[in-house]
Amino acid sequence: MKPVKRKKVAYAPRARPESFKKRKPEGGLSIHIQLHRKALLASLLRLLKTPFTSFMAIIVMAIALSLAGSFYVLVNNAQRLVNDLHTGKQFSLFLHEYVSDKQAKSLVRRLQGSEDIESVVLINKQQALEEFQKYSGFGAALDALESNPLPAVIQVFPAQEITEADQLKQLLEQAKREQEVDFAQMDMGWVTRLQSIMQIVNQVVIWISALLVVAILFITGNTIRLELHARKEEVVVEKLVGATNSFICLPFLYSGFWFGFLAGGLAWCIITLMLLMLDSHVVHLSLLYQSDFQLSFMGVDESILLLLGASALGMLGAFAVVSQQLRLLKPE
Amino acid sequence: MLIFDHVFKRYPDAGDALIDINFHLEKGEIAFLTGHSGAGKSTLLKLIALIERCTRGQLLVDGQNLCRMQDRQVPLLRRKLGLIFQDYKLLFDRTVFDNVALPLVVAGVGRHEVARRVRAALDKVGLLDKEKKFPLALSGGEQQRIGIARAVVNKPALILADEPTGNLDPQLSAEIMHLFEQFKQVGVSVLIATHDIELVTSLNHRVLKLENGALIKSGL
Repeated sequence: MKPVKRKKVAYAPRARPESFKKRKPEGGLSIHIQLHRKALLASLLRLLKTPFTSFMAIIVMAIALSLAGSFYVLVNNAQRLVNDLHTGKQFSLFLHEYVSDKQAKSLVRRLQGSEDIESVVLINKQQALEEFQKYSGFGAALDALESNPLPAVIQVFPAQEITEADQLKQLLEQAKREQEVDFAQMDMGWVTRLQSIMQIVNQVVIWISALLVVAILFITGNTIRLELHARKEEVVVEKLVGATNSFICLPFLYSGFWFGFLAGGLAWCIITLMLLMLDSHVVHLSLLYQSDFQLSFMGVDESILLLLGASALGMLGAFAVVSQQLRLLKPE
Repeated sequence: MLIFDHVFKRYPDAGDALIDINFHLEKGEIAFLTGHSGAGKSTLLKLIALIERCTRGQLLVDGQNLCRMQDRQVPLLRRKLGLIFQDYKLLFDRTVFDNVALPLVVAGVGRHEVARRVRAALDKVGLLDKEKKFPLALSGGEQQRIGIARAVVNKPALILADEPTGNLDPQLSAEIMHLFEQFKQVGVSVLIATHDIELVTSLNHRVLKLENGALIKSGL
């Protein structure tokens, strides 16, 4: 839309019933951009003008958001961990106590000869003892024993081609028949159980997050309602000089945006800080399980989603309240 | 410009405020609306600005029937009116300039055009040197003049004034009335609610007199 140039410079009202026709705003788009930029900045300034009130609302929102967000991240990590366990198809052969290191080694060689087995790791009695002493915290108890009670273990990693549970089971049975083997263990049952527990946890987290989202909507709504109340005079005067409801709404929508955006940013910080603190513990724990599992933080896309989602929630809460309140608010 | 045709206004709890009001206000006509307090002067002005809706009758502003106007059209109507309030209705956290600029900003007028027209309006009311001040730093008379500048800044076709000279000394009152007469010259209609009898009698304009919600006099 091209700007409508007004020729007349001197100020005087013109005689014109045509002034009663719909007057189009001059300059179209650029004026809209001006208006939005002004509203965006003004709402941020207003928010900073009452730092205490704004900050309280933002903190409450950030806590709700970080609860939802950290649930999501933790469930995500747990899910990955469970999946790791599931795909880490391996089984352990516990050897009889009388089997010597030499016999164990010959069994290892025999197993390595099999096509169905990719690799084999032998943990002899001494290694098992050292490992146990190092990680379990019961080292002192073992010292009290005269002989090493731990059996040698052979960890068997089946070949890539073995994908079906049946094939794996067959391989396990086969290995079991070796005379040195006391018992074989492939504990998949608890993985399956864990999976279904995870599903329940997932559901619970979704419901809690939904409740938190509703809470955030109400928090923004209430904050914006207070702001609207404080600026009632301004709104009334604007209405009297011909402001449309959308014009009046705009600064409040931007306030909602800022509340959401800042709360989202703060929530991101809280979640990241929490994960950082957890990280060293998780690394230690996964070492105990000889796993290379690492805690995954929020990705770039998830972080952006958090910020956008929080901003959208802020705006939605503001919109709901302002549009409802404006209908009630009459000049005079 | 302005037509009242058997207009009634009844408040649910306060009863009849306006009873069977009939009058026309021509383009470029100035009229005083007088009457004792509570006679219905403010109510009548509110009906025109659609702050209140009439209960019965027809109320036309420049051919538009206000009784049938939808809520979303109300802002567009108000942009064609210049409202002057007894209590000024200024925003005290904004400068004089921003107060006067409000009707233009609300209507989506560009920045340069706003500045030009606000200064022209302030010049008219003699407050051009005060544009950066805040309303509270000014006297009552000056605040009233800010309100007047705001009312005329969007070049309205109809000005509604509720006691516009209530806080001005006789000389300033005369100046403001002179300003209204200038507007009349270019076809703007002005309706002034007042009980300043001296002012009314000193100027030879039409008088609409209300008593207990009824129009009892409509003429010079």
